[in-house]
Amino acid sequence: MSKIIDRSLKLSPFIPQADDDMIICRCEEVTKGEIRRAIHDGMYTLTEIRRYLRTGMGLCQGQTCSRLVKSLVAKEMGIAPSELENTVSRAPQRPVEMSVLANERGEGAGQYE
Amino acid sequence: MSSNVSEAVIIGGGIIGCATAYYLAKAGVSVTVLEKSQIGEGGSSRNGGGVRQSGRDPRELPIAMYGVEHLWPTLSEELGMDVEYYKKGNLRLAKTEAHIKILQGLTDSATKKGLEVRMINGEEVRQINPYLSKEVIGASWCPSDGHANPLLATLAFYKNARRLGARFITGEKVIRIKKIKGKARQVITEQNCYEGENIILAAGFDSNPIAGSIGIHIPMNRVLLEALVTEAQPKMFEQMLGTAEADFYGHQSTHGSFVFGGSSGIDAYTSDYDRPVTNSMTASCICRGIIRYFPELATAKIVRTWAGWVDEAADHVPVISFAEEIPGLILACGFSGHGFGISPAVGKLLSEMVLEGKPSIDLSALRYDRFKAKI
Repeated sequence: MSKIIDRSLKLSPFIPQADDDMIICRCEEVTKGEIRRAIHDGMYTLTEIRRYLRTGMGLCQGQTCSRLVKSLVAKEMGIAPSELENTVSRAPQRPVEMSVLANERGEGAGQYE
Repeated sequence: MSSNVSEAVIIGGGIIGCATAYYLAKAGVSVTVLEKSQIGEGGSSRNGGGVRQSGRDPRELPIAMYGVEHLWPTLSEELGMDVEYYKKGNLRLAKTEAHIKILQGLTDSATKKGLEVRMINGEEVRQINPYLSKEVIGASWCPSDGHANPLLATLAFYKNARRLGARFITGEKVIRIKKIKGKARQVITEQNCYEGENIILAAGFDSNPIAGSIGIHIPMNRVLLEALVTEAQPKMFEQMLGTAEADFYGHQSTHGSFVFGGSSGIDAYTSDYDRPVTNSMTASCICRGIIRYFPELATAKIVRTWAGWVDEAADHVPVISFAEEIPGLILACGFSGHGFGISPAVGKLLSEMVLEGKPSIDLSALRYDRFKAKI
């Protein structure tokens, strides 16, 4: 069951930090400042932040940045990282060409190229 | 703490609920939105992004046309966030004479309602989109259709509704609606109770048990759809695409990735789970569909696949209606897999139903009590 969150609760004000330009999600080039800002825009879950900024939606699918994003969000919200639900991992594990998926039945090898 | 009483209580934090909350909050109405998981978790984040008028049932076409004319063009500006709206047309593709016949029927009924849409031949299709294969022999072409980013549009409505004072509570699962003195008044969740003059039920397929708690039954099925997204590609085209047979549908996003949706055709028998999960055969099936139309995309890599539920009404158009025997209750569900494109307009109409007691477009064809036994 999801935790009940009242989205109108006030967080402390957004305070710019010296390293807000630091890139956290390398695939989609999302910075620390953008992630912190998203929380103040009302994005209180890792999934909402992913949909809002594309963190973890690039080629590595968050395998590099998801922990960093999680710790940043927890810190900004003043909660423990374990209180945040992880985003769902999606198939395929690695990017796969459409023709590879299309030819999975093996009939007439290379039919879809 | 805020009070649990507001003028409107909206059940469902998808794009319908968020858009309605936005238009109500903008008009100064106090709103509470109750969402069982998180913002836009259902169909709002799991659709192909189509903002289509062509191919729609005549009963919901006026809503789609209203949205494209009055709301979508200025939505990014109004919400202060780029929702990636493209008004670059929709091609609904045909590969056989049977397909042409389906499209001709849809085109004729839409033209009668005043929509500018026409049939074009294979060569004309390839003039609009040169990447399409020779297998395509024709299409319906509606130049004022388009697409947008459903994730961003949903969150943009949420963000602005919240900014205007709408109260959103997530993780709050609604169990039932309760009448007080003959009027729908209380919304009971697992742990709390909320009250409102107006209760709007917009919870996708989950609307079913909630409506059932107050004696209303809308014939809806839960249908699984899957989508996939490619890595970013060089810009190829800006139209929204669909096919007569619904092999696949999709578009190229601002990001450069292609977003395509589809199904295996036997999803009803392979998807009996609590949450929507992708099936190993479906992405392959969608890829085969796409490659026949777009041979050039065969080498594009799929980065991600996902699945979602469609709340499919028995006659494939939504219920947007007052519940007559229960004053205070408004129903907005059963969007049947094509709710995203009309969602801003539906939000506007629902807000009018609260503010003025009736919507500015006649919605009588979408009443909740239209479903009858066949004999």
